[in-house]
Amino acid sequence: MGQTPQKWPGIELSNDDLLNKKVTQTRYHPRAKFSWSAGEAMSRFLNELKEGRLIGRECKHCNKILFPPRMFCEQCFKPTSKWVYIKDTGTIQTYSISYLDKDAKRITNPIYVGVVSIDGASEKMGIMHYFGEVTKDTIHIGMKVKAKWKPPLERTGSILDIEYFRPLKEGEQ
Amino acid sequence: MKVGIIGIGIAGFRTTTPELSWKELTYEAAAKAYQDAGVDPRKDVKAFVTCAEDYWEGFGIFDEFTPDQIGGALRPVCTVCGDGIHGLATGFMQIQTGLVDVVAVEAHSKISDLLTYEGVVQHALDPIWNKPLRGHPFYVAGLEMNAFLRASGNTEKHCAAVVEKNRNNALRNGIAAYGANVDLNDILTSEKAFDPLKKLEISGLADGAVVLVLASDVAAKKLKRKPVWIKGVGWANDSPSLETREWERAKYAELAAQMAYRIAKVKNPAREIDFAEVDDRFSYKELQHLESLGLAKKGQAGKMTANGDTALDGKFPVNASGGSLGCGDVVEASGLHRVAEVALQLRGDAGKRQLDGVKVGIAQSWRGIPTTSGAVAIMGVNQ
Ligand SMILES: [Zn+2]
Repeated sequence: MGQTPQKWPGIELSNDDLLNKKVTQTRYHPRAKFSWSAGEAMSRFLNELKEGRLIGRECKHCNKILFPPRMFCEQCFKPTSKWVYIKDTGTIQTYSISYLDKDAKRITNPIYVGVVSIDGASEKMGIMHYFGEVTKDTIHIGMKVKAKWKPPLERTGSILDIEYFRPLKEGEQ
Repeated sequence: MKVGIIGIGIAGFRTTTPELSWKELTYEAAAKAYQDAGVDPRKDVKAFVTCAEDYWEGFGIFDEFTPDQIGGALRPVCTVCGDGIHGLATGFMQIQTGLVDVVAVEAHSKISDLLTYEGVVQHALDPIWNKPLRGHPFYVAGLEMNAFLRASGNTEKHCAAVVEKNRNNALRNGIAAYGANVDLNDILTSEKAFDPLKKLEISGLADGAVVLVLASDVAAKKLKRKPVWIKGVGWANDSPSLETREWERAKYAELAAQMAYRIAKVKNPAREIDFAEVDDRFSYKELQHLESLGLAKKGQAGKMTANGDTALDGKFPVNASGGSLGCGDVVEASGLHRVAEVALQLRGDAGKRQLDGVKVGIAQSWRGIPTTSGAVAIMGVNQ
């Protein structure tokens, strides 16, 4: 590998050159809008979020509680058997502290994000979400956490009806 | 090594399926196919192929969403960005290598989830040459129909006869979404869309899923199944751009068929093949494809249709299923649906539209506007 050149040959283009159409260009915005049917399992799951509850499906063949819920089991390929409410507490499986936002800009208040395995669901079944009320020194794999729900009237049937997961307090269920 | 179809599963077809996710719809087709084949997908099926295109689904890198609904979690899985017959060819080859002995091939349409179908088709046009012209991309079909009719001598009335036949055939098919007792006059007087193409000559979209289970001759014997044999497969594309392709004929179908005929050792297709399922997304396409596959003489497909030769009780039935015009355009599942129909006919399981005494059938697909992607599969009851 050679050295990175300090100056590239040719004429550099600026953003203004593009915006002011000084450069020959074709612009096109694809029209691609979707409205996915959530389906039987996800529709129930999303409606339960509005009530501040998490729900899974039981596979009686595998003796498992699938979460998020599914109408069929990926392990045995049989239809799942019944709805089961699970708790809104769980354990951090893994996490990361993101110092870049979605546009890759550096941020001072980092985003805590990770996967929580939910109490009452089978192993390795859970939800990816934000963490709050934690610092880089307190958050850890294996930490017990609980959902911080939005107020009932602000819930829309979205995973964002949970604001974030926060540390479980002592004596709390 | 011989490869056969031992399981067929179809879910849908309907114009919309709001109560099911595309995963739940596909699961239904897969569960039916495994039941039909008498296999446990978690043990007996050794590899899985999904046919999907990101823009139809609305997911980027769709590959990651494919395993669970077909029983392929933690197993060898791959995605083909193409029509179901491209996927069938992939499964066929995987078995022929000896690497695996049972393969599931899946293709589905949840096209009702896409709100801007025309927008996605338009996005498939060349960004410099064609996109600046805007407009509805189906005018490409109008261009082709015009050139094809002029060159072949087939007429608009012949094209209308295709629609009449297919939508009436679909009334005998439980899965069809667009069965209707339309007649020639209804079609010829339907509003002009992309002249000479009229509104009723365009297939409507539908949701649906198709899963087929393929097996080697040895595996089929072990599973005690009587397969429908895949005798040959082929696929090809014409020149890529609108400006360099052949408008008068479906070159891609000719080339795909040549390949399939060579593998299947078919010398005289019109004589050796008993019936066909060919792409009919637009009325004229059925005629063009029949001629390109060598199943009708040049310029004769229209007359054959008008004479009733391609009807259910004709000399050479075409699209007994109802085709895309009658069943609905199920995007990438279109070709696999036609393979499934040929297999059902050869097994004698086609119900009210069962053809008598058929032994060899052909299925052909086209990926639609603006592509020139075509694929062909030839199937038979005898090895
Ligand atoms: Zn299970």
